[in-house]
Amino acid sequence: MSLSTEDTPAAAGKRVVEIDSHTINFGPQHPAAHGVLRLILEMQGEVVERADPHIGLLHRGTEKLIEHKSYIQALPYFDRLDYVAPMAQEHAFALATERLLGIEAPIRAQWIRVLFAEISRVLNHILNITTYALDVGATTPSLWGFEQREALLEFYDATSGSHYHANYFRAGGVAKDLPAGLTDRIAAWAEQFPKFVDDIERLLTGNRIFKQRTVDIGIMTAEEAFAWGFSGPCLRASGCAWDLRRSQPYDVYDQLDFEIPVGSHGDCYERYLVRIAEMRESHKIIKQCLAQMPSGPIKVQDSKIAPPKRAEMKRSMEALIHHFKLYSEGYHVPEGSTYTVVEAPKGEFGVFLVADGTNRPYRCKIRAPGFAHLQAMEKLSKGHMLADAVSIIGSLDIVFGEIDR
Amino acid sequence: MADDNAIAPAEAPRAPTAQEDLLNAVLGSIPEGVVTESQIARGTEVEIRVQRAAIHAVLQLLRDEARFAFEQCMDICGVDWPGRPERFDVVYNLLSLAHNHRIRVITTTDAVAAVPTVSDLWPSATWFEREAWDMYGIVFSGQSDLRRILTDYGFEGHPLRKDFPLTGYVEVRYDPERQAVVYEPVKLQQDFRNFDFLSPWEGMTTLPGDEKVHLNRITRE
Repeated sequence: MSLSTEDTPAAAGKRVVEIDSHTINFGPQHPAAHGVLRLILEMQGEVVERADPHIGLLHRGTEKLIEHKSYIQALPYFDRLDYVAPMAQEHAFALATERLLGIEAPIRAQWIRVLFAEISRVLNHILNITTYALDVGATTPSLWGFEQREALLEFYDATSGSHYHANYFRAGGVAKDLPAGLTDRIAAWAEQFPKFVDDIERLLTGNRIFKQRTVDIGIMTAEEAFAWGFSGPCLRASGCAWDLRRSQPYDVYDQLDFEIPVGSHGDCYERYLVRIAEMRESHKIIKQCLAQMPSGPIKVQDSKIAPPKRAEMKRSMEALIHHFKLYSEGYHVPEGSTYTVVEAPKGEFGVFLVADGTNRPYRCKIRAPGFAHLQAMEKLSKGHMLADAVSIIGSLDIVFGEIDR
Repeated sequence: MADDNAIAPAEAPRAPTAQEDLLNAVLGSIPEGVVTESQIARGTEVEIRVQRAAIHAVLQLLRDEARFAFEQCMDICGVDWPGRPERFDVVYNLLSLAHNHRIRVITTTDAVAAVPTVSDLWPSATWFEREAWDMYGIVFSGQSDLRRILTDYGFEGHPLRKDFPLTGYVEVRYDPERQAVVYEPVKLQQDFRNFDFLSPWEGMTTLPGDEKVHLNRITRE
């Protein structure tokens, strides 16, 4: 930046201030970058002129790896995409495989999957809202929020054996049934959860500092949001009541009663409000799942697709052979392709799966919602101050596991 | 009416599904010869294959025509089929929020021929096209920002091509002596194991040792 105050004839008596544009490197190791985002910002003084996100620092070649694995082995990679809400991604791949196989999960498995998809949504929104608050200067929400997240991750642990890398949803159902007493624990958690949301709202929603940092920052109109491929809460905050759970329902979402929260002019503050409202709706869905979940089988009865029970394997030769074949060769998926989507917490998570009739996917393209959202970073932050860029990144809900794949 | 049904119940006209309606409308509004193939996969997913030269016009029509109104381009990706004359499929997955329907438009290209960009129709296409370029080396003409996106700075090759090895060609490590990250050819601690789990009863047509017999049989035919 250079200041020149010499008097020129044109601006006699006035002080002329010249500000050079300069480039700053935001990240890749920046706490507000939510992972490894390298953002090249061209600044005009304190104002952002251009924002060029450099991504791929967490690229692990998931799609290439999946092409070399059987369908059963490919599924755990989906936990490692959006590691904030792992089961939501598994859901998309399980549904895509089921579509190609032409099977449908049993009713109880569908309820369990919806229950855990909503738990994942709450997990995701808690993390996003609280770390977002941290980005703009509030510490307390993250302390409270991570306590709730821990409780939910315990449910993950109880049912799948792991806090994050669940590998729980499978093509044709879920890996195993819920352990005894888990529904009661979830119900007990659900009792106290609304109070937590109220507390978070009391800290943030009316907070003057929070509103100064978020209201009217990073505005996206509905038309712009369409063009930029927005989905999920970011699209709904722009005033478009679009939710795949409602418009293209999968599993048992068509039997559930929930609202779709919608914003009006799509700034950072409304993206936050939509997520808060969605947590309340997810809480409603979780309660309905607990109340309505029927008993019954949790995976398809076809032993060529679903592995046998451990106890069966000890007695039945056939079960042992099935187990061996499933975990070495896996199952063959008929030729075809599908683009299957779920309403993941961040937006439309799609899997474009091409099968060539063998036991491995021929191509598996992962369509991550954050990829499209981050692309609009330049559009959103142009003309805003540097500190607002931090608000915008936080409000887009960026997780690099799914963007870089 | 009851009599008609009694005579020929099998020929009673079935109401076309929403997918069939969409496909027929799309085929009706695109000039003959542009669409090379079309199908409704498993009765749910509409898919058309379009000639490369017409891809921009077709996608523009699908976006702008009120009957289709595909406002969103959710995904663009490549698929590699090395055995085909034009080895790459470029797949566009479109979504219409107004009509709640989806369509998949596919065109083909090879490593040289450029596909017209659609980033003027949907700004979101830029990163998807960059990714297809990075992963497959598919060239998009008119795309002003065709940089690599997911791979390393200075990366060579296109990793999702079927002839690119899973392990890649180079590995990186930090060299404390030179105090820099260095690139070296991949050295595997154990051989790369690519298990062939296909069942010999289904996948294999010739038993080991019978190759000559099998070859003779093929040449005689």
